[in-house]
Amino acid sequence: MTNKNYNKTQLLWLVVLRVVIGWYFLYEGLAKLLTHGWTSYGYIMDSQGVFAGLFKALGQSQSLMPLVDTINIYGLIIIGLFLVLGLFEKIGYIGAIFFLVLYYLSHPALLNTVYLLPPEGSYLWINKNIVMLCAVAVLFVFPTAKRIGLDRFIFKNKKTL
Amino acid sequence: MSTIENKDNKNKTNIENSEQNISKGRREALKTLATVPVLGAMAYGTYKKTKNERTNRLAADMFRFQEMPSPALVTEGNVIRVGIIGVGNRGIDLMRAIGFATPENIENLKTESQKNSRDTRYKDFVEQENLNVKITAVCDIFDAYAERAILAGANIHREGLNGKYGERPKRYLNYKELLAASDVDAVIIATPDHWHAQMAMDAVKAGKHVYLEKPMSWTVPETFALREIVRNSKVIFQLGHQNRQIETNKRGKEIIEKGLLGPISLIETSTNRNDPNGAWVYPIHPDANPNTIDWKQFEGDPNRVKEYMEYMTSNGLAKYVGPEARDKFSLERFFRWRCWWDYSTGLSGDLLTHEYDAINQMMNVGIPDSATSSGGIYFFKDGRTVPDVLQTTFEYKEKNLAFLYSATQASQFRRSRKFMGHDATMEIGNSITVTVDARSEKYKEQIDKGVIKPGKPFYNYTPGQKDVDAVTSATQLYFAERGLLYSYVNGKRYNTTFLHLKEWIDCIRTGKQPSCGIEEGFQEAITAHMGTRAYLEGRTMYWDKDKEEIVRG
Repeated sequence: MTNKNYNKTQLLWLVVLRVVIGWYFLYEGLAKLLTHGWTSYGYIMDSQGVFAGLFKALGQSQSLMPLVDTINIYGLIIIGLFLVLGLFEKIGYIGAIFFLVLYYLSHPALLNTVYLLPPEGSYLWINKNIVMLCAVAVLFVFPTAKRIGLDRFIFKNKKTL
Repeated sequence: MSTIENKDNKNKTNIENSEQNISKGRREALKTLATVPVLGAMAYGTYKKTKNERTNRLAADMFRFQEMPSPALVTEGNVIRVGIIGVGNRGIDLMRAIGFATPENIENLKTESQKNSRDTRYKDFVEQENLNVKITAVCDIFDAYAERAILAGANIHREGLNGKYGERPKRYLNYKELLAASDVDAVIIATPDHWHAQMAMDAVKAGKHVYLEKPMSWTVPETFALREIVRNSKVIFQLGHQNRQIETNKRGKEIIEKGLLGPISLIETSTNRNDPNGAWVYPIHPDANPNTIDWKQFEGDPNRVKEYMEYMTSNGLAKYVGPEARDKFSLERFFRWRCWWDYSTGLSGDLLTHEYDAINQMMNVGIPDSATSSGGIYFFKDGRTVPDVLQTTFEYKEKNLAFLYSATQASQFRRSRKFMGHDATMEIGNSITVTVDARSEKYKEQIDKGVIKPGKPFYNYTPGQKDVDAVTSATQLYFAERGLLYSYVNGKRYNTTFLHLKEWIDCIRTGKQPSCGIEEGFQEAITAHMGTRAYLEGRTMYWDKDKEEIVRG
């Protein structure tokens, strides 16, 4: 896939989109890291929908919960850094989609779901996680990091890419 | 000429090329690193935001806490085989807390819940998580207690009378035989105080994990010995201060650590009870007699008794020994052993330790620099040697803090546990009330603005406020008020002792250290001994930190 055919405006907004989504992930991760004793336990135990049982079992596992929290915190931070810096761009997008899918499966916006922590908007089937997931998918097919980002340096000598 | 011109031209193009290369390199670098400054903005923003959150909060926000969901209540791993040594009143409580109650007890709970729909104790017990443990052994020197415990241990389905029961645990007549059993992984010790440390040491030597009722020890020398043995072992040791699991204490710790009270100079705690049960005048079992009780074993371990007698006689305290001979059978001394120093640690070991450990949990105070005590037997003149009124003051010079304990067993007028800070005072028990001080400097602005009314409760926290406690006796009420009976995990009510035992069982499986381990236990025991010695000897006791010994003033 080539990414040299965008005009300047297209490139600018694609990069902006990549950086703001990266920013969002990065700060979500940092804020959790800086909150003493933060855990996703409450969120996971409030899961709804088809996979709720699976998420709750995960939440109740003493050995897995600390791992889930660590993966969540550092996953968000690493994905955020990748997107902001344009580093290993595609890995960043795949990671972002992975997390967003999990968040949606745990808290789907279904017809009859009521959550303990009410969302800040009103959703039916489509919520902000889905919107962001689609934006990341768009970025995946319109990559930019080899033009603006550290990937430019890393993949400099690999012409085929 | 032409060659010179050619040379010049070549030089010119070389210079142009290298300039082009430099600017191309610059452009490359710029395009590669264009978004890096975003990270600077992130770092600046995060730093500022965190700093603002710390400093610019309104007083009301400072007392707004995030609900911290507690860890999951599931116990994974193999079945842990538990032996219980001492199944009197507390021992049977502990058995019920880990899920094993006598069928008779369950019938009673059922009846009570039928009579009063608000009494949820039966439901709570049946719904309480299974800890995946098995009671394989019980030991008691009184036959009736042992038989009752066997029934409880076999009641694996939590059934009432005429239910389906499991395998009966084996009864041992001597605790050393129980410790030698190969089908016991861990022991719960709930005997009288004079046996605590000795049995714990023997259990650790036998490689069994130990849950030991408080206080940790009866004599000072055994306190050091037990610490040494546990430190050099791999067993999981938990001292039975269930206050470690109380939700309000965890919130209290947060309040203190956030500095919301300002510098704390005085902590005031108390015991206020006014019924025979609260003064250790426990009922005497009708089946008790010299044939059903092994009095020889009750007397205690000879080495420990020797330590006790040496201390008492060499310090002119012989009047507190006895008065009856140690080898003389006595139903009163067997059931109401807390009333005599021969077996007891008095108010210090029984009730001051609850207050102390709660403070140590919230503030990590450690062993005090000094202890001064006074008191006497002012109401229960029933032949006891242990006082029923006691005041002890502990000083922490380096922490600029005093801790006052005041107890009476002849008035139950409520006195709250207070942490008195320069800016606010926190009263803490089964709920928390914080009252801002009129002379506070920290809250001066808010007081001036009228946001805070000094002297009036400003922050109040009561977990599970809607539940009505099915608390029956006065002594139970005393414990409930101090938060020692129930705690809340993720909004659900739990027996605090269950949570404390659960933590111990979990640590056995994970190899982690429980919240009231040997170091906390050592601090608890030494602090209580300092208070007791100060009372007995009538002078201030000091702790020599470097030499680790209690010295006289």
